Order: sequence, then structure tokens, then C-alpha cells
Amino acid sequence: MSLVAAKGPRTSIAKADVAASLSVRDVTVAYSNGVVALRDASFDLGPGTICGLVGVNGSGKSTLFKAIMGFVDPRHGEVRIAGLPAAEALKRGYVAYVPQSEEVDWNFPVLVEDVVMMGRYGHMNFLRIPSAEDKRKVDEALERLGMSGYRHCQIGELSGGQKKRVFLARALAQEGRIILLDEPFTGVDVKTEVAIVDLLRQLRENGHLMLVSTHNLGSVPDFCDHVVLLNRVVLAAGPTARTFTQKNLERAFGGVLRHFRLEGGELHADEDRRRVTVLSDDERPVVFYGDERSDEEPLHRKNREDES
Amino acid sequence: MSELLVPFAYEYMLKAMFVSALVGGVCAFLSAYLMLKGWSLMGDALGHAVVPGVAAAYLMKVPYAAGAFFAGLLAAIGMAVVKQHTRLREDAIIGLVFTSFFAAGLLMASINPTAVNIQTIALGNILGISDEDVWQVVIISGVSLTILILKWRDLMVVFFNESHARTVGLNPWALKILFFTLLAACTVAALQTVGACLVIAMVVTPGATAYLLTDRFGRLLVLSVALGVTTGFVGAYISYFVDGATGGVIVTLQTLLFLAAFFLAPKHGRLAARRRAAAPSEPAL
Repeated sequence: MSLVAAKGPRTSIAKADVAASLSVRDVTVAYSNGVVALRDASFDLGPGTICGLVGVNGSGKSTLFKAIMGFVDPRHGEVRIAGLPAAEALKRGYVAYVPQSEEVDWNFPVLVEDVVMMGRYGHMNFLRIPSAEDKRKVDEALERLGMSGYRHCQIGELSGGQKKRVFLARALAQEGRIILLDEPFTGVDVKTEVAIVDLLRQLRENGHLMLVSTHNLGSVPDFCDHVVLLNRVVLAAGPTARTFTQKNLERAFGGVLRHFRLEGGELHADEDRRRVTVLSDDERPVVFYGDERSDEEPLHRKNREDES
Repeated sequence: MSELLVPFAYEYMLKAMFVSALVGGVCAFLSAYLMLKGWSLMGDALGHAVVPGVAAAYLMKVPYAAGAFFAGLLAAIGMAVVKQHTRLREDAIIGLVFTSFFAAGLLMASINPTAVNIQTIALGNILGISDEDVWQVVIISGVSLTILILKWRDLMVVFFNESHARTVGLNPWALKILFFTLLAACTVAALQTVGACLVIAMVVTPGATAYLLTDRFGRLLVLSVALGVTTGFVGAYISYFVDGATGGVIVTLQTLLFLAAFFLAPKHGRLAARRRAAAPSEPAL
């Protein structure tokens, strides 16, 4: 069953009906040491979107997340979530966040089910005592990510993929309409990656908005319908087909990516002059076919699920 | 038999046992959080940082506890601010702030000799505690415990994952200030019972012991507080018979319990680890 479509008695109508949207307007973030981590970033995303956030390390991906979550105050510019200022939207529980693995203290004495229950805190009263509905939502979220069997494990005992699933389950239980995922595919097995992508697609069907930072360039065209390319500024933002092009990627990554260009003669001994370009930053590479048509969308791998 | 009941016949012993148990409990509650963030030595730091507060309170003729609390709070917030704005590690920050405060305190005390004996600050004086001080300790500990019991889950989320805390509508900064205010207040309360040198043990050992015994934070809190209360009460009781410093007995008990957990804890103890190593076929969790 769809966890997101299920409306419990305590889910307010206003919350379930609010259209997920994210608007970043001219956001400039400078840290106290004077480094400008993000300059004049602007883009808009609507409901039913999976947006890939792509850029080199230090390009401002984490800063953008921090600005969206109100951890850093932009020097100027504004972030609006579902039409509200970020702080207000956070208070109403519109945003769920799936942290990078390095951000979590895996020795913290909490069990899997405790972490997922933390997603429900925004729905609880002052004393944060779980109701029957909170417990049901936690059960459902664990079930949906195949983690029910691990609910009594301390989080440090899990594998990399399982750890990610726990925090995704927390985001599900939280029922935020906007989900921020920071590097969800790093250190994750293929099975978990497929499961995460499937889940994101289902959430997209339900009108959720997801912003996913990733180094996994090859899978971006597979599941992201929008892309934001970042390098201290927004280099390009828009639908994947128009934005995730070889030309834009080369601008985003400069010389950082591994770049293989195989021309006709190197591939086969005939007159076919077409060539293949492979861009990779050491995870899953992205492959472009063709000659000078670098404004074109990259190849989709249709049979992703078969890989598992 | 009746000899064992002798301490209960003396009012000062009853007071000492009751106050030690209360202070032990609330310090143990705080220890569970501090230990998880690498802030365990903050209790020690605050214990020393209150000295300039006491000296200043003497000069300004205000209650010592107020001066101590203010200095402690200032030190705690100072550490949090330095942590926020530099990349220094916790141990360096704690060491930096508390030595500065302690030095300032010693300097003030040497220029203007105070009525307060530094020895008393260092060792506490539970057996000679005045009724007024008993009430102060009871009120501080009672209020702190109430707030902690109401807010322990919120504090847990903030300590575990600050960014998530924000997304469920919590204010991490306000909750941290609340926590350090309680810590400063309880440090002042504990100073009078066990003294500065032993405050450190009371805000470290019970939490560290409980951490070896459970993987759930809620249970960790319960165990930690139980350890703190029991050792406080029993420690004060035993000190009547051994005629030793109450603080020393309390912390010795806590250390013995830590050692017991270190060897015997069901999952994280040394014996359990050895058993697992001896039976490799069993899935090591």
C-alpha cells in the first residue's frame, strides 16, 4: 500500500494537500571566513519532481541544503518552501532530510525503530509520546523499506545500504512533502540503490518533491526529471533532457571528471564516424553518443532493474 | 543489625544521603548526553569555571551560588560559541575555556582573599551542609529533573541529528542553551555536595556505565539515573562507617560499578566479547 496516500485521522488536510514546491531566489551564502560558498543561486521546482543536484565536492551542494533548511542565513536572497519562508515550512514539517552517512554518529545508542520514530516527532504532542498511529506509520515505513527484520538492531550494526534505508524510512514516516537526500547512493549496494530509486519514483507519483545530491552521474538521467548543476553558482537548471548535457557537465566539472572520448576509428574498422564520450567521477559514468551534438541528452539505460 | 541503622538516626546523615542521591541522579541524567558528544569533561570544566563567579560574588556581596551559576553558564555558552565558529575539537575548547576561567578565579581569590575556602569548593562539604543549602540543592535538582523528564526526547534528537531536529520543528540552539543552563545549575548544586574534583565523575561515570549495558537511549537514561541515585545514597551511607570523604566514597562506588559493567555487560562486556570470539559460528551482531 502507499504509505504516502494513506491519511491518518491526525494528518491535517492542509498538510496533505499542500503542493510541494521549492523556490530558491538569488541565494548567496558566505561563511564567516569570507568564503562565498554559493552566489546568486536561483531555481524553481514543483510537485512530482525528482531533481538531481550535481557538482564537484565543494561546489556548494551541502551549502544549498543548509540554506534550504535554514542552518545558514543567506547574505541575500530567499528560499521559499511551499510558498512559505523556509523556517515556517520546517516548523510545519513539510521538509524531511536524509543525511549523508558521515553526518550520523553510528555509535549513538538508538535502535532502528527509534530512529524511524524520530521522524514522527513533528506529529506528536509536547511530551513526544508515540500514539498508535505513530507506531503504525513507523511499522509501515520499515516494512516498505524491507527493514522490519532489523528494527531492534542498534544502527551501527547495519550494512551501508541498510543504514541508508533506515533514514529513508524516517523520511517516509515523517511524511514531509519535500525530501532532501544528501548523497543517498554513496556506499550503497546495487540492490539498495534500485530500491531507493523505485521508492523515489513512487513518491514522485504521489506528488512529492525530492532534491537528490549525487556523484552518481550515470543514474541521473534514469530517475531525475530535473537537474541543477552547481559550481558555486547555478550553471544550469531545468528538465534533465535539456540540462544534463555533455556541454553543461563539462562546465560543471571542468577537468575534474575522467573523460574518455572514443572515436569511430578506435571502436571499429568501418566508415561509421560516430563517437562515444564517457564522463565519470569514479562512480557510475555517464555516456554520450554522437559527434559534436553535445547539447543532447545522454543515453538512458532502460534495463537498470535487471542489473540487480 | 541496629548498628547498620545508626546513620538513619542522625539528621545530618539523612540529609547527606538524600541530597547525594538527588544530585547523583540529576548529574547522571546529564552524563548520558555529555558522554555521547565528547563533552564529558565539561562537568570538570564547569566545576573549575565557577571559581571566579564565587570570588566575584564575594566582592559584590551577592549569594555565592548566583555567582557560581553565572560563571558556569558563561563558560558553557562560551564553549558552545567557540565550537560553533571554529574547527577546534571539543577537548581543546573545553581545556581552553576552563583554564582561563579557573586562572581568573585564582587571581581574583589571591588579590582579594575570599571567605570561601578553595578547599571547600574542591571537596564539597556534604556533612556540614546548611538547611538553606539543602533547599537550594533540592530546588535546583527538582526543577532540572522535571525539565529533563519532559524534554529528554527533544534533547536526544538534537544530540543525535541536529538537521533532522530542525525538520521536525525543534530549535536546536534553544534546546542546547537549555541543556547547558541545567548543566551549570546542577554543577553548582553538585559542588556543595561532592566538590569540584568529583563533579567530573558524577557527570561521566553513570552514563558511561549505562552505555555498556544498553543500546536504547531511553533505557540508558533510566539505568544511568538509577546508578547515580543508588551510588549517591549508598555512598553517603557507607561514608559514615569508613569515616571517609563522602564524595570519594560515592565516586569509588561508581567506578566499581563501571568495572563490573566493563567485564560483565551482557553484550558489550569483555566476557561476552570473549564468548563470541570463542564461538565464531554464532553471528556476531
